[in-house]
Amino acid sequence: MSVEIQSLDPRINRLGLHTHEPGSPDTLPPHDHWGTYQVFHQKKRGDRHTAVGIVHAPGAELAMAYAKEQFGRRGETANLWVVDTRHVMALDYADQDMFATTPEKTYRDPGGYKVNDKIDAYREKMSHEHTP
Amino acid sequence: MYGGGYIPKEEAPKAVVNDDPKMLAAFEERVTRGEKVEPRDWMPTEYRRQLIRMIEQHAHSEIIGALPEGTWITRAPGFRRKLALMAKVQDEVGHAQLLYSAAETLGKSREAMINDLINGKSKYSNVFNYPAKTWADVAVIGFLIDAAAIVNQVANSKGSYGPYCRALERICYEESFHLKQGHSVFVYLATGTPLQRSMLQDALNRWWKPIMHFFGPSDEMSEHTLTLMKWKVKMATNDDMRQQFLSLYVPKIQELGLSLPDAELRKDTDSGKWLFGDPDWAEFFAVIRGNGPCNAERLAVRKAAEVNGAWVRKALQQPDARYVTPLA
Repeated sequence: MSVEIQSLDPRINRLGLHTHEPGSPDTLPPHDHWGTYQVFHQKKRGDRHTAVGIVHAPGAELAMAYAKEQFGRRGETANLWVVDTRHVMALDYADQDMFATTPEKTYRDPGGYKVNDKIDAYREKMSHEHTP
Repeated sequence: MYGGGYIPKEEAPKAVVNDDPKMLAAFEERVTRGEKVEPRDWMPTEYRRQLIRMIEQHAHSEIIGALPEGTWITRAPGFRRKLALMAKVQDEVGHAQLLYSAAETLGKSREAMINDLINGKSKYSNVFNYPAKTWADVAVIGFLIDAAAIVNQVANSKGSYGPYCRALERICYEESFHLKQGHSVFVYLATGTPLQRSMLQDALNRWWKPIMHFFGPSDEMSEHTLTLMKWKVKMATNDDMRQQFLSLYVPKIQELGLSLPDAELRKDTDSGKWLFGDPDWAEFFAVIRGNGPCNAERLAVRKAAEVNGAWVRKALQQPDARYVTPLA
């Protein structure tokens, strides 16, 4: 038996809600909450945009409105981007090993070119040769 | 705010899935090394299932938790308090969205989670099945229940699942504002007129039992619990979190000359542990089963929000729209 909800909150009483009737489940259909947009937040001018999360929205404009509420409601915000999740191509984490040897490629890093010991040795040698 | 960390036992335990032992070993090694697990990684079936249950229940707790306090927005004493409460309640709904998103990355759609909530299949934190009778309840919820939630969420934010940790980091930051504003309301009432003080003491007396229930009963140290701890799904035992909460907050209540309705509550000087009377676990389980003072109201209000908004969502639906699992 469904009974009317009695609340301490007059606004809830005005809704005239009833308790759930067993055997009459209410279900949202699939996709009822729309698709998702990835949100990118830029804190200050000059900063990069950073991925901060998602919002559900039927289109980019509403996604932006939700992004402002969800990711721009406190602190600083200079700019926001929203991108339909379907338009993001991402690698599989299972393929992460393709980058495994990258840190070893020291010929691509400034740190891979150490010559101070050569210079020191050269100066040492020269100073001996010129000593009378 | 609001995940208590307590996940009710399942009525019908699921069949054990035997995952590929090699993949399982590699997974466990990764977690032990402190590496995070990301959405499309291989993960044990049980890890995924338990995380969905936990994050989903946390999300439901946030969205239902907005209701008892939301009641007081129109009756907040003064403009500044009203602004703060609106901001806090909005944060809680925002936290629900962050958490639903994190759970979605594991493959359960937001619609499916909300269906399970409004049809009573999924649970949420038991404290929200109690009414917020006076403005002092807002003080107790904002100060002590948010404080308890922070204890749990700080622990969980060091867990193994990347999207959940990222959501919790942001949530904890916002919770610290909730805690501060709750403490402010609490202190103003505690140091106010005798009437304000007695209103706060009354709220504290009514909320103490649900607060003691917040982290759930002692964990059974089963194989299952130990596995969840090894996988960094469960980061601290219910008892440890409760002890930590009591150590941090009982002194802050007592320094204001307020009392707690448990004659046996004291810190044992030898063990350094808090001792307390029986928190009435029978009531806790009865409320979880749906027999608390506000269970029916909370679900009816949540359901009405979904049902009444359905035509708007449908009208905005784009014909070519198609769901894909969010990335992170």
